Amino acid sequence: MEFFEEFPSLGRKTLSGMKQAVDETFKGFSRAYGEQLENFFDPLLRFLIWFEKLLEATPWPIILLVVGGLAWIGSRSWKITAGSVLAFVVIGVLDMWEDTMATLAIISVATLLCIAIGIPIGILMSRSDRMQAIITPILDVMQTIPSFVYLIPVVMLLGIGKVPGLIAVCIYAIPPIVRLTNLGIRLVDKDVLEAADAFGTTPWQKLWGVQVPLALPNIFAGINQTIMMALSMVVIASMIGVKGLGVPVLRAISNQYLALGLMNGLAIVALAIIFDRVSQTYGKRLQAYRQGGK
Amino acid sequence: MSQSKVQIKNLYKIFGKTPKKVLAQVKAGMGKPELLEQTGHVLGIQNVSLDIPEKRIQVVMGLSGSGKSTLIRHINRLIEPTDGQILIDGEDVLSMSDKQLREVRRKKTSMVFQKFGLLPHRKVAENVGYGLEVQGVSDSEIAKRAQHWIDRVGLTGYENHYPGQLSGGMQQRVGLARALATDAEILLMDEAFSALDPLIRYDMQSILLELQDELHKTIIFITHDLDEALRLGDKIAILRDGALIQEGTAPQIVLTPADDYIADFTKDINRGKVIRLKALAAAGSPYDGAMIDGSTVLADALLPLSQAPDQRLGVTDANGAYLGAVTLTQAIAALQG
Repeated sequence: MEFFEEFPSLGRKTLSGMKQAVDETFKGFSRAYGEQLENFFDPLLRFLIWFEKLLEATPWPIILLVVGGLAWIGSRSWKITAGSVLAFVVIGVLDMWEDTMATLAIISVATLLCIAIGIPIGILMSRSDRMQAIITPILDVMQTIPSFVYLIPVVMLLGIGKVPGLIAVCIYAIPPIVRLTNLGIRLVDKDVLEAADAFGTTPWQKLWGVQVPLALPNIFAGINQTIMMALSMVVIASMIGVKGLGVPVLRAISNQYLALGLMNGLAIVALAIIFDRVSQTYGKRLQAYRQGGK
Repeated sequence: MSQSKVQIKNLYKIFGKTPKKVLAQVKAGMGKPELLEQTGHVLGIQNVSLDIPEKRIQVVMGLSGSGKSTLIRHINRLIEPTDGQILIDGEDVLSMSDKQLREVRRKKTSMVFQKFGLLPHRKVAENVGYGLEVQGVSDSEIAKRAQHWIDRVGLTGYENHYPGQLSGGMQQRVGLARALATDAEILLMDEAFSALDPLIRYDMQSILLELQDELHKTIIFITHDLDEALRLGDKIAILRDGALIQEGTAPQIVLTPADDYIADFTKDINRGKVIRLKALAAAGSPYDGAMIDGSTVLADALLPLSQAPDQRLGVTDANGAYLGAVTLTQAIAALQG
C-alpha cells in the first residue's frame, strides 16, 4: 500500500549526490573558464559602459532632440513624435532621467545584440527543416524557463554586473526575432522564388535580394517584440546589478513604496510604448508597396 | 521545318516517395489511375518526346492536370525529371552542374509565369532589370535596356510604380519585358495570359505576335485555351494525363484530330478562321483560272470561291507555285467538319 501513496522517488541521498555532482562540475567549469569568458565579453562590456556614459553625459535638450528626431524618422507622425518628447519631459521632471538613460542604454545594446545574433539564426533555421526542428525547442525553453533559473549559472560564471544582466535580457528577448525571421522567410511567396530561380539567381542573391526584403515586415515585428521583452526584463536584470529604472522598482518592492514603484514602472511603460509605436509605424512604411501606395 | 532548338526525349516525371522504383511499372504500361491506386505515386509526365523548332512558337496544350506546366518546368530544370533527356542546342540540361544550369537560366532561357512572379518590393524598372542584375550587368546598362523593353511593351511612364499598383494585364507586360530583357533565345511562357480577362488576353497575344515577327525567339507557350493555341502556335502539342497525344500545325489538329478527346476539343472552334486553303488543295488536274494564296483562311475564301466562274479556284503557296484546286463545296464541307 505504501508504494501507491507516495511516489517512489530516488531517495534523498542519491538525489543530493546528483545535485552536488552537477554543482561541482559547473563550479569547476566556471573556475576554469570564468575568466576567459569574462575577457570574451569584455568588448561588449566596454561598449555598454561607453554608450551609457554617452547618454548620461549628453545634455538633456540634445537627448530630447534626438528622441524627437528618431521618432519622426521612424514614424513620420507628429502625434507619435510629440508624445515621445512629452514622455521624456515628464520623466525628467519626475527626476527619473538618469535611470531612464541607463535603461535606454542596456535596452539598445541588448536589442542590437539580439538582432546581430537572432537574424542569422533565423535565416539558418529557415533554410533547413532539421535546423528548425533543433532550434524551436531551444527557443521554447528560453521563453518559458523562469528567468531566475538561468540567472544562477550566468551569475556563477560571470558574477554580478552589467554583462550577466545583458545576457539574461538577451536570453529572454531573443526568441521572437529568431522565430519571426524564420517565419518571414518561409512565408515568402513560392511563385516569386520560382521566378527568381528561373532567372538564374544564386542562393545568396535569392536570400538577400528576395527572401530577406520580403520577410522584412515580419522581421520588424520580431524586433518590436524583442524590444518589448527586453524592457520587461529590466527589473529582474536590476537584481544582478544592472543600473536603471529597475533598481528603484526593486527598492519599492522591498520597502513598500507604492508611489516610487508606480512612477518607475510607468516610466518603463512609457519607453515601451514609444519603442513600440515608432518601430511599428516604421515597419508598416517598409511594406508600403503592399497597400499600393508609393 | 527548321532545326530543333529544344529536344525532349522520352521524358518521365513521377511524383511520390520512390519514383525511381515505380518507373519500371510505368514503362511497362501502367496508367495514371492504377499507379495512384497501387503505389500512391502520381504520374506527371509519361514518355513525352518533343522536338521544338527554332524561332517558332510551340504551343503545348492540355486541360488542368495534364502535365503541361510540369513539362515546361523541365526545360529549365525547375523540376527534376524521373527519367529521360532534355537537350538545349544539343546540350544535355540534366547533366549540368548548378553553375552551368544557372548560366543556361541566365542566358538561354527566360520565363513568364501565370501568376506573374514579380518581385512586389521592387519597382517596375527594377523588376524588368532583374535578370540582368542577377547576371551582374552594370547599373547604367540595366537602366538602358530595362527602359527599352518597358517602352516596347507599352509601359512607358510606369517605371517607378510598384507591381501592386498595376492591373493584371500591365503586370504581365512587366513579366514579358523582364523575360525579354535578358535577350535569351528561348522564351518559356507558362499559361502566361490565362489569368487575364479575354480582351486583355487578346491584346497580349497581339503584342506577343508583333514582337515575335521581329525577334524570332523560340517560344514554348503553355495554354489550356484552344483559341489561344490556334492563334499563336506554329506547332501545337496536346497533352493528356501527362502523355503527348497529338502534335502538328493548327489545321492538322483541327482537320485530323488524333482521337475523340481532341475532336471534342476542336468541335466548338471557328474552323473558318483556322483552316487555310492549302490544307484542302487537292493535287491533281491542273487549273487555268484565277489563283488564290494558300494561306487564306476559309472564312475569307468563301466569297471569292462563290464568285469564281465554276466556283473553283487554284491555290498557290507563298512563292506563287501551284498546289491544286479547291471547290466551294469542298470548302463548305471542311467548315462543317
